Amino acid sequence: MDLYAENILDHYRDPRCKGEGSGASVSKEEDNPSCGDRLTAHLWIEDGSITKIEWEGTGCAISQAGMSIFAEELEGKTTTELLSMKKETVYELLGVPIGPRRFKCALLCLHTVKNAIRKHEGLEPQMWLETVEIDED
Amino acid sequence: MLTIDEIRRQFPLIAAQGSIYLDSAATAQKPQIVLEEVEKFYSEENANVHRGMHALAEKATVAYEDARKTVAKFIGAAAHEIVFTHGCTESINLVAKSWGKANLKKGDTIALSILEHHSNIVPWQQLQEEIGITIKWIDIDDDGSLIIDNLDDVKLVAVTGCSNVLGTKPDLKLIIEKAHAAGAKVLVDAAQLVVHEKIDVTELDCDFLAFSGHKLYGPTGVGVLYAKRELLESMPPFMGGGMMIGSVTKEGFTAAEIPQKFEAGTPPIAQVIGLKAAINWLSQYDWNDIATHEQELISTATDALNTIEGLTILGTPESSCISFTIDDIHPHDLTEIVGRNGVSLRAGHHCAQPLHERLGVVATTRMSFGIYNTKEDIERATEEIQKAIAILRPA
Ligand SMILES: Cc1ncc(COP(=O)(O)O)c(C=O)c1O
Repeated sequence: MDLYAENILDHYRDPRCKGEGSGASVSKEEDNPSCGDRLTAHLWIEDGSITKIEWEGTGCAISQAGMSIFAEELEGKTTTELLSMKKETVYELLGVPIGPRRFKCALLCLHTVKNAIRKHEGLEPQMWLETVEIDED
Repeated sequence: MLTIDEIRRQFPLIAAQGSIYLDSAATAQKPQIVLEEVEKFYSEENANVHRGMHALAEKATVAYEDARKTVAKFIGAAAHEIVFTHGCTESINLVAKSWGKANLKKGDTIALSILEHHSNIVPWQQLQEEIGITIKWIDIDDDGSLIIDNLDDVKLVAVTGCSNVLGTKPDLKLIIEKAHAAGAKVLVDAAQLVVHEKIDVTELDCDFLAFSGHKLYGPTGVGVLYAKRELLESMPPFMGGGMMIGSVTKEGFTAAEIPQKFEAGTPPIAQVIGLKAAINWLSQYDWNDIATHEQELISTATDALNTIEGLTILGTPESSCISFTIDDIHPHDLTEIVGRNGVSLRAGHHCAQPLHERLGVVATTRMSFGIYNTKEDIERATEEIQKAIAILRPA
């Protein structure tokens, strides 16, 4: 399976749920410093669930398509569910092999959404270390 | 004239894989002779240096000190002016933390060029935080040339000999003359320059010069700091440990003479031996031939890249590398795709974020050259870039 599968390229060329987020409950920007990928997630949150998402960003195809694909899945999810979501869930959604050089591109969407929710709940942003859950074996 | 085929055959990684390696500014490939010399050291002469009276220790010490002479000769210095470090980054840190802390005080100004690599920025920013020095930035024009005006009131100018992004070469002689006229010292970051042209520190009259072995076809883990003798003698030691001491009592220590004063702990002995082999290997070729070959590569690459729609070359490259952006294509996607087809290019900010900010770009793609590259490498790379664009460009 190719990293630049048709699905990824399709979302990269034609991103879904893009918007400036006016009226959102919370907005949060995160970046992937090694690449300069940037995402801002605008979330509408009601009774602990996501009712709507818009996002903006610039960067590589993996980070931008990743956010687009992830965004389509968010509506109706609870914030608790998202805060504990594992990176594997994002990898499955993307459906392409994510190697050691690109995992931050792929996980920037999860990192941004988690930190948007944390901001909404008055929590400190989590570090990359926590998002990527580096296995210490 | 260089016989590139014959040169390529001497590099196992280049010869075996038929890969198109255009990332020598990050690290160069190693000729067989360097690998052999390192292995030979470990299998025939391995011992610690400057400690022990046995025959192996002597052999190792002689080889290590011999390498110092080779490096000194290579850049026109005296052997005692050569300090072995673990890399260019450590060499610059040594100057900042030893000379800098002893000679700079709150309110003093140093000048850095906007071209600098993070390793020639952050050590100075650490001094900014610690002792309150001020950093003045030397800007570039649209070609990527430094705009060198007033260096008065500056205590130190730290400048690269060749940009690892734009491939431009600051006028070191002019900078050094101006700096000295203003009473300032000059540190040259020669990480890139040292592979591409003959450096003579005596003729240049720079005060400090730093580079790494691994970009010079040598091993990783070894670097060089050249400093003028009076400076080395007046500077306090950098790290403390074995080798750098004259004597140690419960009350304190005295420092060894230069250059050992700056070589605390067991040095990278095998790597130093490998560096010597790399310098000897490179020295068999004429610098003019190397320059001619490289100019051909740069002009071939400039022409080839300029045929690509939406591609912009940054600055006017003179040596080492060419960096570019392509409309709507992120460098990481581009280099990932061409990489899978055997072409190694580098993407990102190349450890030069202030320069990227100055250029108004987040990331660039860089094509950089070594002695083993050919016009065919560039043609292949250009074709692969075209193919990648066809995959990525939004319809
Ligand atoms: C201009 C320049 N300076 C300094 C360095 C740092 O060298 P090293 O990482 O080997 O210490 C590099 C390497 O990328 C460089 O290109």
